[in-house]
Amino acid sequence: MNTPAHLKWPDHADCTAVPYSVFNSQEVYDLEQQKLYNGPTWNYLAAADELPEKGSFKSTYIGDTPVVVTRGQDDEFYAWVNRCAHRGAEICRERHGKSEDGAFTCVYHQWAYDAKGDLHGIPFQRGLAGKGGMPKDFDKKQHGLRKVRLVNYHGVLFGTFSDQTPDIESYMGDDVSHHLKRIMNRPIEILGHTRQSIAGNWKFYSENTKDPYHASLLHLFHATFGLYRSSQKGESIINNDFHSVLWASSGTESKSALDDMKKDKLRTLQTGEYALQDPSLLAGQQEFDDGVTLVILSLFPSLVMQQIQNTLAFRQILPKSKDEFELVWTYFGYKDDSEELRNIRLKQFNLIGPGGFISMEDGESTELCQNAIVRDGAYTNVIQMAGKEAKGDDHLVTEGLIRGLWKGYREIMDF
Amino acid sequence: MTSNANSLELKSEVEDLLNAYTQCIDDDDLENWPEFFTEKCLYRVIPRENHEMGLPTAVMWCDSKGMLHDRITALRHANIYQVQWYRHITSNPRILSVDGDTIKVQSNYAVFKTCNDGESTVYNVGRYVDVIVRENGVLKFKERSAIYDTHRITTLMVIPI
Repeated sequence: MNTPAHLKWPDHADCTAVPYSVFNSQEVYDLEQQKLYNGPTWNYLAAADELPEKGSFKSTYIGDTPVVVTRGQDDEFYAWVNRCAHRGAEICRERHGKSEDGAFTCVYHQWAYDAKGDLHGIPFQRGLAGKGGMPKDFDKKQHGLRKVRLVNYHGVLFGTFSDQTPDIESYMGDDVSHHLKRIMNRPIEILGHTRQSIAGNWKFYSENTKDPYHASLLHLFHATFGLYRSSQKGESIINNDFHSVLWASSGTESKSALDDMKKDKLRTLQTGEYALQDPSLLAGQQEFDDGVTLVILSLFPSLVMQQIQNTLAFRQILPKSKDEFELVWTYFGYKDDSEELRNIRLKQFNLIGPGGFISMEDGESTELCQNAIVRDGAYTNVIQMAGKEAKGDDHLVTEGLIRGLWKGYREIMDF
Repeated sequence: MTSNANSLELKSEVEDLLNAYTQCIDDDDLENWPEFFTEKCLYRVIPRENHEMGLPTAVMWCDSKGMLHDRITALRHANIYQVQWYRHITSNPRILSVDGDTIKVQSNYAVFKTCNDGESTVYNVGRYVDVIVRENGVLKFKERSAIYDTHRITTLMVIPI
């Protein structure tokens, strides 16, 4: 065990009670950067289509470590830490772009690297007029950038710092890889990005994306306009403890489940009181044969991939400090989308993102938790909906996936 | 009237529209916000990043007055967020072109947000790019794009810009 002294996990609670100090400790945050983000995890870097040509690049992060993803002259993808091997300066200062000559040059002393991160040029290496210069035995091969192992899995680029990370499919598990491939079934078209900064610990958001219990209770737009209710047909699936898939099909509610909801007199059921003046927002197309209208795929620790109606997006979780993270949304459709379907997607993006009718509250709920736990690190939450085990279920009234998250988290963190 | 006087009068009329629009939002008179637009319209709040890359995704994207009303219905009755007020400062309005009753205008804006903790922060800064038309003698937005520089939105965006 390597648990910080202040972090007291209750005895015999397994994964049903998590001490709040795990969300509010600089020591835990630093250990996470070391053991999770620099450890045996695959982290989302980009959609391959964000780097469409040789020389394309994108700046991003693994955890809070700045990383650049590149497309080399050999058309392969590479990633390296955005820190010059010389004196530590940031090399790439743009969010994305294209290097016309394929070189990446630090502005400080113009040390130049290729897309792979190998060092090629050092100004004045042999000195000037016989004066100065690097030692004769200086070997450029030994001074490349810190490299990231990268895999292109069906058009999604993942990176890891560790040699111990298993291959990407073993890491994901069968259901997560199935659902990723289900969405990445043909060439995609990137439609844009949005970014939001949330003043809460990143793991509150991880919990949120594994929590179908909240979906119809917090996101009232869902319920008010009949998009999603907990009574719908759906499934919650766990792979390798901390990865998960939630799926649901709209229009599949059982009458008994709906009657139970009415008995609870939830604000959830204000259906009928309000109607959209322009219902075209929800006039989507059935584009998957399986009839599934909602998929939330959570690949711990950094990726949430989603289909909600006709919206498709990657959400990248980037921790910034113990009580702040950034959420980067990358929206996409398919290259073969009709103009009509493309317009449906653009309109339905009103549902998701920082101003999304059914996603704006997720940032809010994260902050509500962070605000409240400040002095109560020794207290724990209660994660017992649908039992005490870390397992999936054939319904959406469960916190089983959150228990899975904490089971996997404790194991990899050695807490 | 000289053409110069004409353009001064139009400029003053446009500025009046820009000011009335932001005061409507800042005064929480949001039910009247859609009335600043024509029936068929386009309202977008779009990050500068997407705009410059030619990518269409917006944080808010409404192509009818009905959709604008729906934004407000959701804000009042469905969405959950902490109490917050906007204060818009708009500046540098410039008429880019006038073609009959169609006027293209660009202006700058800054929105300060204040929540219950009492702190006012710079929430969203950018520029409005507008296509304004005269409908029954009144100037209305046919298109209004708020192209924002502040590309990291803090927490969420529920009130229109």
